Amino acid sequence: MPVQPRRASESDAASETVRLSGVGFGYAATHRALRDVSLTLPAGSFHFLTGASGAGKSTLLKLLTLSERPLTGSLELFGEDVTAAPRRALPAFRRRMGVVFQDFRLLDHLSAFDNVALPLRLTGGKQADYAGDVEEMLDWVGLGDRMDDCPPSLSGGEKQRLAIARAVVTRPDLILADEPTGSVDAVMAERLLKLFQSMNRLGTTVLIASHDEALAERSGATVLRLEGGRLSGRAP
Amino acid sequence: MIGRLLRNRAPLLPRDAGGEVWLAGLIAVLCFLACLSAVGAICADRAAHGWARELRSEATVQVRPRVGETGAEAAARAAQTLAGVEGVEEAEAMDRESAEALLRPWVGDAVLPDLPIPYMVTVRLERAAPAGAVTLSRALAEAGLDATVDDHSLWRGEVERSAGLITLLAVAAFLLTAGAAAAAVAYATRAGMAAQSQVIGTLSLNGASDGAIAGLYQRRYGLLSAGAGAIGALVVMLMVAALRFLGGTEGVTPALPLAWSDLLIVSPCPLLAATVALVAARFTALARLKRGH
Repeated sequence: MPVQPRRASESDAASETVRLSGVGFGYAATHRALRDVSLTLPAGSFHFLTGASGAGKSTLLKLLTLSERPLTGSLELFGEDVTAAPRRALPAFRRRMGVVFQDFRLLDHLSAFDNVALPLRLTGGKQADYAGDVEEMLDWVGLGDRMDDCPPSLSGGEKQRLAIARAVVTRPDLILADEPTGSVDAVMAERLLKLFQSMNRLGTTVLIASHDEALAERSGATVLRLEGGRLSGRAP
Repeated sequence: MIGRLLRNRAPLLPRDAGGEVWLAGLIAVLCFLACLSAVGAICADRAAHGWARELRSEATVQVRPRVGETGAEAAARAAQTLAGVEGVEEAEAMDRESAEALLRPWVGDAVLPDLPIPYMVTVRLERAAPAGAVTLSRALAEAGLDATVDDHSLWRGEVERSAGLITLLAVAAFLLTAGAAAAAVAYATRAGMAAQSQVIGTLSLNGASDGAIAGLYQRRYGLLSAGAGAIGALVVMLMVAALRFLGGTEGVTPALPLAWSDLLIVSPCPLLAATVALVAARFTALARLKRGH
């Protein structure tokens, strides 16, 4: 595990990383993707979010990445109400997150190395300072020999691993992953799950949206279920 | 590892080679026109001031003989009187042959003998402290001469007004060119952002601020415009140098006298082009990001 410890402080650990209160959201006036969702993710917790396709998992993650805002209710991140936070305030919250998108969102014109280094570069890091971390992370996800290759030349599974490496390389306070094991084999899925668990043990809050109920059960994490835009159950 | 450290970081925005070549070409042409208008205005201003200086150092006096005095005698007396006035370098009565030589190109030989040609005195004034028309008129009146002094102030005013107008037109042309360049960069920025919306979204979700994303566009178009501006300015510099070399101080025509210093006038062009592009790209990018690109 290449990630160096950056333990959440005691006050962080006692606080909530995410709090949704009565959140509703819809892309069209007639259809609500999320209805009255209330949810709290304590700092350092590990949750799986499961549900059928169209249940609202990706929409909930879009709200948490601040790509969309709740139409009703409130959203707090890292103890701050961001329901109506101005656009200029968003980068500071996003820099504390690592996000694995379902469609990877890799930059096709950049090499695997530069894709993983992207969040470090955007915070003003120097290549000399982060090159070692990036290479170690790429090695860990099994892409150490593909550093100079661009995403179009990678397979779906390799792209997914690259996206995960980019999400965790900054050692974020919150990891949000949308179907992070959807394109990899069972062995790699277990390996990636261990990566998320390692990050969680170091104090990172993790929320993984997945339709893979078996993986969620095996993880031992708290499982949240979304059905028709509502949180319908919570399993230990 | 060492190789990676030595390698330059790839640009965060993908290259849009085709569009950028056209934009660079357009800005180079606009900068060429702006530099040309600047050099033209400076040459026109230089010519106008030269003509005005010449006009200011000369005066013409028309003498009307009194009864019992010939025109030639009156003109000679006027020249003698004016030669003693402070601020006059030289005064010379113009004989009939000289006057006819001046008129011949306009009226031809046939009518010249019948024309009542006025008796004139040409006065060369001191450049440093030229005598004014009032001083000359007073001296002539005191000498009992009936004469009219023309110090060319009417023409001088016209020339100076024309030079001012040409300068204004050049400034207007420059501003229009800068506006056109800004519009081209703004359009390119909008088109680039529309084509790269996925990239912008990824940068934003990875923590890039709007200012940082706008900075990527302003850096790209600023550098591109600086290069294009340098090309436009260089072409004008070569033209000026060639005309100055071949035509001397008068360039192609006395109306547009050239100087080697004109080469310096166009040297800030790349900087100005980059500044216009930086401002246009930044404001356009920030406005689009504010609207959710």
